[in-house]
Amino acid sequence: MATPAANRAIPAPKEDPTTKPFWDAARAGKFLIGLCKDTGKHFWYPRGCSPFTLSNNVELVEAKGTGTIYSLTVMRSKEPHAPAYVELDEGPRMFTNIVDCDLDALKVGQKVKLVFKPTEEGGAPVPMFTPA
Amino acid sequence: MSINGAAYIVGAFEHPTRKAEGQSVAQLHAEVAFGALQDAGLSKDDVDGFFCTGAAPGLGPINQADYMGLTKLRHVDSTDMGGCSYVMHVGHAAQAIKEGRCNVALITLAGRPRAEGMATGTVPRSWAPNIPDDPFEIPMARTVVTSYANVASRHMYEYGTTSEQLAWIKVAASTHAQYNPHAMLPKVVTVEDVVNSPMVADPLHRLDCCVISDGGGALIVARPEIAKSLNRPKVKVLGCAEATKNQGGGAMDLTYSAVKQSGAAAFAEAKVTPKDIQYASIYDSFTITVLMQIEDLGFAEKGKGGAFVADGNLISGVGKLPFNTDGGGLCNNHPANRGGMTKVIEAVRQLRGEAHPKVQVPGCKLALANGVGGLLGHRHGGATLIMERE
Repeated sequence: MATPAANRAIPAPKEDPTTKPFWDAARAGKFLIGLCKDTGKHFWYPRGCSPFTLSNNVELVEAKGTGTIYSLTVMRSKEPHAPAYVELDEGPRMFTNIVDCDLDALKVGQKVKLVFKPTEEGGAPVPMFTPA
Repeated sequence: MSINGAAYIVGAFEHPTRKAEGQSVAQLHAEVAFGALQDAGLSKDDVDGFFCTGAAPGLGPINQADYMGLTKLRHVDSTDMGGCSYVMHVGHAAQAIKEGRCNVALITLAGRPRAEGMATGTVPRSWAPNIPDDPFEIPMARTVVTSYANVASRHMYEYGTTSEQLAWIKVAASTHAQYNPHAMLPKVVTVEDVVNSPMVADPLHRLDCCVISDGGGALIVARPEIAKSLNRPKVKVLGCAEATKNQGGGAMDLTYSAVKQSGAAAFAEAKVTPKDIQYASIYDSFTITVLMQIEDLGFAEKGKGGAFVADGNLISGVGKLPFNTDGGGLCNNHPANRGGMTKVIEAVRQLRGEAHPKVQVPGCKLALANGVGGLLGHRHGGATLIMERE
């Protein structure tokens, strides 16, 4: 039996001064992730310091928006949805939702691609994923 | 500096309520504190160290200490690491006692999420304002159950762990709960009951989840000279350690927990090994929580936890590792959504020989209490405590 992903109302992310550029880019349809320029490694979630070195030698860079499901659940509520970790092709694993699909058919290891979803009260869109 | 032998748990009390419609949170704290002091044979003005968390109402320890009339305090600690805080506080109290900063430490937990109608596990919630990860996770419907369900999902994918194996953890807890008159769910369940209960968040069914309850508990930790003067069995602190686990900037590995680190450190301090442990209290917010800790503590090899817990291996009198003989969070209670306190209390009962006769481990001399706090699938703490009956 199929369980279509619900189009649930998504609460707006609370923006803060450090991550405002990430949300501004999201409004323009661009998906950014952190890059530590000390180590050359990407990171998630975006922040003003490197989780690898603590220095502020970081920048936001555009990601491809493709990845693989690392872990997955389907919340069996009135509005079924699928909180999951997706491993981005750049490396970092991020907590997100898998949307616009039959939730019962999802599998760990499956390829997915980015889709921005609008949020309540005119908030910035949030990065979610759907089967590639 | 080791705390091995520096302090004893001399008092323990678990509130009998499971739905506190007639008491405030502050009053529940006071009632458990009084109960633990009576259990120890001490009184309020013997307390010179006070330990609590954000579950105590007010600014750190200040308001609750005022409510209870604790006027002799010279050491306080409100370090909050979620549900495992109280396991950790026993270690902190032993350190403070060893350093001469207090003689009698009171640790309290209480709350009433059930009376307040809180949707503990299924609604996204923030711990506080300005948390940097919230904007990236609250919109994604990060809840307690979706966090732990992601851990279970990955464990099944990596190691072939099954829902039936996880169900055995609930079966063992329910087998013990039938003897606890205060348990919320005293009915013995089968593996089939668990896997046929409604799915909450795949792969976790309703019976893979702990109860929501009110109540609380308290502990009294004292220096050896005081413990020896009291008329109670001697429960010595042998080792205690804490750890946190991060997402590592996107390097999140859901196959292990902070307990890997806290467990190893506590065993080293206690100078014992997992094989020596006769009884274990293991935080059971969900069945997967127990499985993860059993592996990370070294009771089972990583990935083999499912086989280890199957076939009643956690049932007292049946299996090799009797656990949560009060019924645990899965069947007994989970006061204030924080299970660490009751984990220590049941371990103390076992070491004193005061557990229910049907679940008492004969000659229990060495016990462990373990907890995790926060979200296992996001960022969390772990704490491990090892105790000996002297």
